[in-house]
Amino acid sequence: MSIIEDKKSLSNVKVVTANEAVALAVKCAKVDVGGAYPISPQTSIMEYLTKYIETENIPMEIVRVESEHSAMAVAMGAAAVGARAFTATASQGLLYMAEMVYWVGSSRLPVVMAITSRAMGAPWILGNEHTDVLLPREWGWMVLFPEDNQEVFDTIIQAYKLADTTLVPVVVGLDGFILSHTTMPISIPDQSIIDNFIPKNTPKPYALNTEDPFTHGNAVHSNLYLEFRHNIFKTIEDSEDLVDEIDKEWSKLTGRSYGGVIEEFLLDDAEVAVLVMGASSGDAKEAAKKVREKYGIKAGVIRLRSIRPFPVKRLSKIAQKVKAIGVFDRNMSPGLGGMIATEVKFALYDLKNRPIVQSYIGGLGGKDVKIADFENILVELKEMVDGKREVEKVKWVGLDLAAIEKFLEEV
Amino acid sequence: MKVLIPKSKPAKGAVGKTGLWRTSKPVVNHNKCIKCVICWAFCPETTILRFEDNSVDIDYEYCKGCGVCANECPVNAIEMVED
Repeated sequence: MSIIEDKKSLSNVKVVTANEAVALAVKCAKVDVGGAYPISPQTSIMEYLTKYIETENIPMEIVRVESEHSAMAVAMGAAAVGARAFTATASQGLLYMAEMVYWVGSSRLPVVMAITSRAMGAPWILGNEHTDVLLPREWGWMVLFPEDNQEVFDTIIQAYKLADTTLVPVVVGLDGFILSHTTMPISIPDQSIIDNFIPKNTPKPYALNTEDPFTHGNAVHSNLYLEFRHNIFKTIEDSEDLVDEIDKEWSKLTGRSYGGVIEEFLLDDAEVAVLVMGASSGDAKEAAKKVREKYGIKAGVIRLRSIRPFPVKRLSKIAQKVKAIGVFDRNMSPGLGGMIATEVKFALYDLKNRPIVQSYIGGLGGKDVKIADFENILVELKEMVDGKREVEKVKWVGLDLAAIEKFLEEV
Repeated sequence: MKVLIPKSKPAKGAVGKTGLWRTSKPVVNHNKCIKCVICWAFCPETTILRFEDNSVDIDYEYCKGCGVCANECPVNAIEMVED
């Protein structure tokens, strides 16, 4: 149901950037405490929230701190006493915050954090890239990645549901600048829907309590640490269905479904598919339609919405249908491949009839990736299926080595 | 799946008998001790045993042998000796 058809809630339509959509969702989630430290392209999220506190008197406490490390420490302290907590960061800020991000993950505190994706220096860079959003997937966090501003709002709400249910904190990644600073209309559900969807009275076995004092994360001997890590591993591994269920439940309440862990686009009869995350998915979908029209290639798009839990079950089902998957990574694992391509290969290796998986790396540091680039990927995948093109370990999109040599000569 | 929260309650020796970490141990010379209890106040691991008359001794089960007590004693009544 598009928001235009949804006349009943038209009064709740706002035209906002994705950063404001995050702030609105945090307001609607009735978050108690936030830690704030500015970094582009995240800064306006916390600015919007402080504006709501000033102008609407929302019952939220925002602590302005001296670093991202402390911003997460604030969220951790708040969550540890059972409050609903939020923070946001990006890029270098996440790197500085990293120690506390890991502590929150392994303390099982249901914090939600927005990361507006941005590449990391050197060289100093502001452009969009997904590497930062993906890092916390190794740090005991769930990681979700919406496509547009409406889905950003909805995913923040869903993230609190997921975190409160599993006691695993959740990162919601959104494309820096491409979404964070771009306005789109979003529909905001009635507050009562959100209140019922994410009630605050869920069990909080981790919450500190002066009647029965205990501490978090005290030292253990080596004979107990592995068991804590195993517990986090299994909880995240077992959450694939939960992400689907939360999406379905939300769809019943709002009419908006995103496919749970994966949005499947034109996959029913697809022979080749490109796997992509976030805002570029729109371009990939256009490309799939175009190569169907132009060349009759049965092309589709696998839009990865959940990186943790990694949707091994759903991906395995899709892999039974398609003959080649091109994984487009706006990130990289140096010397190996795209981070997601690496995980896709791990997930599918045990299948008897597994498809070709080709890793594509592009768009790093905000380099433009066009619909034509995705068309090219889909055409190449078809050629691989037909045996007319070799599969390579990694293929680079938009790599211009002549330009960089010219730049350095002129320095 | 049952969630394992890494929580713990205050308890003596929550991470085991830390006295095993020691390479040298503090020894109190009771003839020199003036019962000022500065060592008791400074010990980072609360392993100085303080008695009713303010005389002190060392809890060797948990003393890590850091030497802070010997360093702080104003009358050099605590000596670190090889353990």
